[in-house]
Amino acid sequence: MSSGSGFGDEKGGSSSVGEPEYGHDPASGGIFSSDYKRHDDLKEMLDSNKDSLKLEAMKRIVAMIARGKNASDLFPAVVKNVACKNIEVKKLVYVYLVRYAEEQQDLALLSISTFQRGLKDPNQLIRASALRVLSSIRVTIIVPIMMLAIKEAASDMSPYVRKTAAHAIPKLYSLDPEQKDQLIEVIEKLLADKTTLVAGSVVMAFEEVCPERIDLIHKNYRKLCNLLIDVEEWGQVVIINMLTRYARTQFLNPNVNESLLEESGEKAFYGSDDEEGKEEKAEAAALAKRKPYVMDPDHRLLLRNTKPLLQSRNAAVVMAVAQLYFHLAPKAEVGVIAKALVRLMRSHSEVQYVVLQNVATMTIKRRGMFEPYLKSFYIRSTDPTQIKILKLEVLTNLANETNISTILREFQTYIKSMDKDFVAATIQAIGRCATNIGEVRDTCLNGLVQLLSNRDELVVAESVVVIKKLLQMQPEQHSDIIKHMAKLTDNIQVPMARASILWLIGEYCEHVPKIAPDVLRKMAKTFTNEEDIVKLQIINLAAKLYLTNSKQTKLLTQYVLNLAKYDQNYDIRDRARFIRQLIVPTDKSGALSKYAKKLFLALKPAPVLESPFKDRDHFQLGSLSHLLNAKAGGYQELPDWPETAPDPSVRNVEVKDSVPEWTKCSSREKRKEKKVEKPFYSDSEEESGPTESADSESDSASGSGSGSESEESGSGSESEESREESESEQEDKEDEEDKRKKKKKTDRGKVKAPAVESPESEESSGAEEKNRAQKVKGRRSGSESESEEEEESESESSRSESESESESESDTDAKKKKKAPVTKPPPKQAKKESKKEKKEMSLLDLDDFEPTPSPQVTPVNNFLSSSLVTDLEGLSLTDTVMAPTTIAPSGSVKTYELLHRITGEGLGVEYCFSRQPFSPDAHMVAVQIMFTNNTNAETKNLHVEDPKLQSGMRIKEFPEIELLPPGEMVTVVMGIDFCDSTQAANFQLCTHIRKFFVSIQPPVGELMMPVFMTENEFKKEQGQLMGMNEISEKLTLGEKCQNEHGIVQRVTSAANVSRVPCGSDKECRFAGKTVSSGILVLVTVATKEERAAQLTVNCEKMVIGTMLVKDILQALTQ
Amino acid sequence: MIHSLFLVNSSGDIFLEKHWKSVVSRSVCDYFFEAQERASEPENVPPVIPTPHHYLISVLRHRIYFVAVIQSEVPPLFVIEFLHRVVDTFQDYFGLCTEAAIKDNVVVVYELLEEMLDNGFPLATESNILKELIKPPTILRTVVNTITGSTNVGEQLPTGQLSVVPWRRTGVKYTNNEAYFDVVEEIDAIIDKSGSTITAEIQGVIDACVKLTGMPDLTLSFMNPRLLDDVSFHPCVRFKRWEAERILSFIPPDGNFRLLSYHVSSQNLVAIPVYVKHNITFREGSSQGRFELTLGPKQTMGKAVESVLVSSQLPRGVLNANLNASQGTYTFDPVTKLLTWDVGKINPQKLPSLKGSMSLQAGASKPDENPTIIIQFKIQQMAISGLKVNRLDMYGEKYKPFKGIKYMTKAGKFQVRT
Repeated sequence: MSSGSGFGDEKGGSSSVGEPEYGHDPASGGIFSSDYKRHDDLKEMLDSNKDSLKLEAMKRIVAMIARGKNASDLFPAVVKNVACKNIEVKKLVYVYLVRYAEEQQDLALLSISTFQRGLKDPNQLIRASALRVLSSIRVTIIVPIMMLAIKEAASDMSPYVRKTAAHAIPKLYSLDPEQKDQLIEVIEKLLADKTTLVAGSVVMAFEEVCPERIDLIHKNYRKLCNLLIDVEEWGQVVIINMLTRYARTQFLNPNVNESLLEESGEKAFYGSDDEEGKEEKAEAAALAKRKPYVMDPDHRLLLRNTKPLLQSRNAAVVMAVAQLYFHLAPKAEVGVIAKALVRLMRSHSEVQYVVLQNVATMTIKRRGMFEPYLKSFYIRSTDPTQIKILKLEVLTNLANETNISTILREFQTYIKSMDKDFVAATIQAIGRCATNIGEVRDTCLNGLVQLLSNRDELVVAESVVVIKKLLQMQPEQHSDIIKHMAKLTDNIQVPMARASILWLIGEYCEHVPKIAPDVLRKMAKTFTNEEDIVKLQIINLAAKLYLTNSKQTKLLTQYVLNLAKYDQNYDIRDRARFIRQLIVPTDKSGALSKYAKKLFLALKPAPVLESPFKDRDHFQLGSLSHLLNAKAGGYQELPDWPETAPDPSVRNVEVKDSVPEWTKCSSREKRKEKKVEKPFYSDSEEESGPTESADSESDSASGSGSGSESEESGSGSESEESREESESEQEDKEDEEDKRKKKKKTDRGKVKAPAVESPESEESSGAEEKNRAQKVKGRRSGSESESEEEEESESESSRSESESESESESDTDAKKKKKAPVTKPPPKQAKKESKKEKKEMSLLDLDDFEPTPSPQVTPVNNFLSSSLVTDLEGLSLTDTVMAPTTIAPSGSVKTYELLHRITGEGLGVEYCFSRQPFSPDAHMVAVQIMFTNNTNAETKNLHVEDPKLQSGMRIKEFPEIELLPPGEMVTVVMGIDFCDSTQAANFQLCTHIRKFFVSIQPPVGELMMPVFMTENEFKKEQGQLMGMNEISEKLTLGEKCQNEHGIVQRVTSAANVSRVPCGSDKECRFAGKTVSSGILVLVTVATKEERAAQLTVNCEKMVIGTMLVKDILQALTQ
Repeated sequence: MIHSLFLVNSSGDIFLEKHWKSVVSRSVCDYFFEAQERASEPENVPPVIPTPHHYLISVLRHRIYFVAVIQSEVPPLFVIEFLHRVVDTFQDYFGLCTEAAIKDNVVVVYELLEEMLDNGFPLATESNILKELIKPPTILRTVVNTITGSTNVGEQLPTGQLSVVPWRRTGVKYTNNEAYFDVVEEIDAIIDKSGSTITAEIQGVIDACVKLTGMPDLTLSFMNPRLLDDVSFHPCVRFKRWEAERILSFIPPDGNFRLLSYHVSSQNLVAIPVYVKHNITFREGSSQGRFELTLGPKQTMGKAVESVLVSSQLPRGVLNANLNASQGTYTFDPVTKLLTWDVGKINPQKLPSLKGSMSLQAGASKPDENPTIIIQFKIQQMAISGLKVNRLDMYGEKYKPFKGIKYMTKAGKFQVRT
């Protein structure tokens, strides 16, 4: 709006005032005397072939722009250089273009083609900068071109270009608001972007274009929460502010408990599917009454993910988090922000100013929060006055019975300050303390009275005003103070103070009957010289005295009224006329004069001294509107909490490689239907068909998945279409998963297979699930549990297949060997298994691994002799992440109990070492934790808290499990860096109601991971680990492990090591390295005659070596 | 967000303007000048000034007002923080952020501002990225540029903006690999008349100068991390690691940066390293006042207190001060009534003192306010809180860097009330 006038001014100003200066302007070259000549020169330079001349000219022009001089007549000459090769010239031309394009629309169009060409450049940075300048040119004609460019850039493979597209959206919107609908589409698309680079910018665009479309956020809410910490700081501010508003519309007020009984009942169903929900409705409702308010897990997620940002170096981020907590957090948790806000008080004075304003508002509502930091608000003589006054405000708000004495002592020193405005504010503050805290009222009053003898008039005047207010509360006891003040009228000149004294005397003239008429006499004398407010009070005093003591003051009053009648100010004349009619009885005087006394001497309520910051918190804290206490343009009202929470499931997101929560319901329903119809075996057999097709599909899906992954690193180039494709495939997969789940149900009914001894397939599925869990880590644990279930079903089904063989043998290879001679299982079965295996591998792929040859090779393992397997290991297993799934022949994964279901009050927790690399941190051991909810109530917010670790040990907690429905089981993975010691990791396992102290102690064999090496390498390494590092032990092999396979199986189950190929069949060699520090662990088992054998362990860490020997020995001798 | 930026010098001239959206007339600054006139002191200009159509948010640094014009709701701290970041960047580029420096480098300033904001929203504020885009002017480069006609603008594109560690340049190379860390602690204190401490707290920062080749991953651990009560990090620090182990793990930016600022928990008693004995009196009816000040070391753990500077704003009634310093030099400005005494190092054997008389306005009553004494000092090789760095390790690169850690304690806002 002001831009139009701005231009006018600009031109006018520069031509009239600016021009004559040009001659003296050093940057524009002082040698040129006349204006047009100088511009000719610049034009000449711009037209020349030399870049250096062009550059020089552009520099001068930019200097002119910087000074606000008009350089628009050079437009044609400058625009020609838009395609200049020299980067700096080009950049300066851009600066010029953006500045003047609006004025020279037609000419600006000449440059557009250059940018359009730039938009197609293979270099992402050039594309981005072209889009940036193009969108900055405010020329309406190019709106369609911009729209097109933005749309294209929004699906660019480079996140940087997409970011630029997000920046361009508000530019286009301000140029042409008609485009809003189309722009919202682009925003919606960009909101779904998963990169941190884009998130901040697109939310900014969202806030400028369509802040009311809160529905666009639903699906992206969790993602935004999780990305938040990695977004650049400016983006964080915007996102946090937006999420505050969002949360206010979607969640329930955590601080209102009473009215929420009903809704939390509703909330209890959240996540549980329709069917079960129906069954449990009564139960859940009963439950709801017990715990009246349960925070939505998404609400908790937001609070949890923003908290670390209080540690940001950026004051704006800290403030944004602080306001989020203030507006959204339960009372008990808001306290955390105080420390961070107090820290900001060390920053620049402008920052202090804003922070103090907000603290002042907060202290009114939540005083306790800042009380421990009282001293941080003490005032220093070097503070600017505006800061001092704000600190004073905070101190006053913080004052209570316990700290008032220290605060008053502090105030006393402030009164001596040289800064008189500040002293005046201090006196006001004392007055407020006195009114708020009854105990100190007299002390304060005495102190203020002492100030009446201060030499500084301002101080006295301010004290008078404050005393007046205080006296109004209990006038009876203080007539001596009133007398004292009456005397002051001779000295005090400050009108406000004089007026206050006169009012006091008038109001309480009955307490000072002797002095009051005398004061009036004096005042009547000086009436004409007084200020208006004093005059009004003199009339007031006269009237009151006339009513109470007319004998003495009748004449004086008449005199005063007469003076007032001819006063210059009409207010005073009016007042005089009004009062005369009211108090002086005449024949015409109406009914009112009877009540004159009541009118004038009515008991007046004592003033309430209030903080100016009261009720400011209806503005979002930290906002401009809050600071100004007035609604600023574009301010989005902070909505009130909803009465009932809107459907939380809107935030559920369909995640590519796991089943989202909401599909659960339908799938389960389907599953139940099918379950009855089909017997188990035929089902699984039939399934192999679709499985294979799904296999190939998911392969391609994985391709695109990894494509989009690598896109982030800027190398990949996967088009949007392929992504959509994979989405549809996802659906296929879900169908398939449905079937499998259904199968699982059957399983559960038929076979009660304890997870502990579940064989190979369990292991692999566990492994797979682990990989998956790693991928999913940021994702909802709900979906994890889903995938877990599905894996479980997988394992159980295959288990039940082998059940018939009455063998709990876990080694597949061994199984195969045994199977072959017995021929009990038909070859078909084996084939099917291999298919299953294959499918599992491809599922893995889905997670985002590039398909490596290994999955294709490994199924063959099943049919090969183990020695061949070991040979293959070195060849095919390039992908270490994949490796354990495929080789780890040791079947039984030992499960340990973390929390017994009795001590856990129905929550049973088991853990096992899944032997998977923990991808978030390679130095950590992955621990798979299985939660079983044996109660009939839901368990919520399962998470780890307060780890107590030995020095050096670290924990990577699993993502919080929001909900564990009754009877369900959930598996998560956490990483622990044990620092290669078998010390237990202690931590607390917290649910929404209880905390349990638990500890995980790893067997030494789990502290390592397999290493693949050749025989020669092994020998070489072993050679270096002789002497102290070698531990040998003789042993007698146990019954079951006399052959090679037995040994391999026993050793690999005791320790996470892999077999090293070996020429002699008398020796078995294994290699591994510790997870944390990567120290090699070499194990050799040399068999001799008659079950005798020798075990050798080579390891740099003797403790590990010794313990490992013990463990393996035990495993082999049993 | 940010519409325009005006730079205003202390005499009230607009010497630079930059617009990111449509041009806003500089007449909008008139509202600012009004507020400036109303304020008694330069720092009392309210940071946020509403005008009929715009809002002005300003910061004052180096006696230059940076006035940002905004049009609609935006968190004020967002703008203030950004403006400070602009000043820091200028300082980083030109060494000083003065009017002259900005005027001399107006083109670079303009280029910087262009990169830092896009349509009023911050785009690149990391110094490492900016330096890749626009090279800071050095004398050598200026000479070379004038001869060869080459430019300040980086030839390569800002790849840093694309990387996962946006704060670090790529392809850093040094022949001498070194990493220096300065632990600087400041004591903020208010001491009352009788010498007892009203409030004292320690604020510290760790400033780093890291010049390492490649992509080093550093970890810094403390002997006593429990001391740190409240910390704020450079974005490079991995927060989770700190939470779990109290170890600072980070990929450092190239060059100088502030790694960490912290607050030492308030439970710990703060050792006050200096004490002041003072006797400043004005007698009623006489035009003379006495002034006596003695400084002495206290709780310094054997370290010398250096660079001591005492300053005090004397009451308005004081005409002149006739003092005698046992050590160092003092100045008294009769206009601003500011007394400064440059003491230097405190010698525990011979305590520095400043004694003498003040002449007051004849006839005026005795000033009833007492001046506050502000003390600055430095103590080398000591962090007053006792914070100690345990070790610094580097991962990810093969070479052995040279590491150095320096401790220093300074007075922050250290005031003695009299």
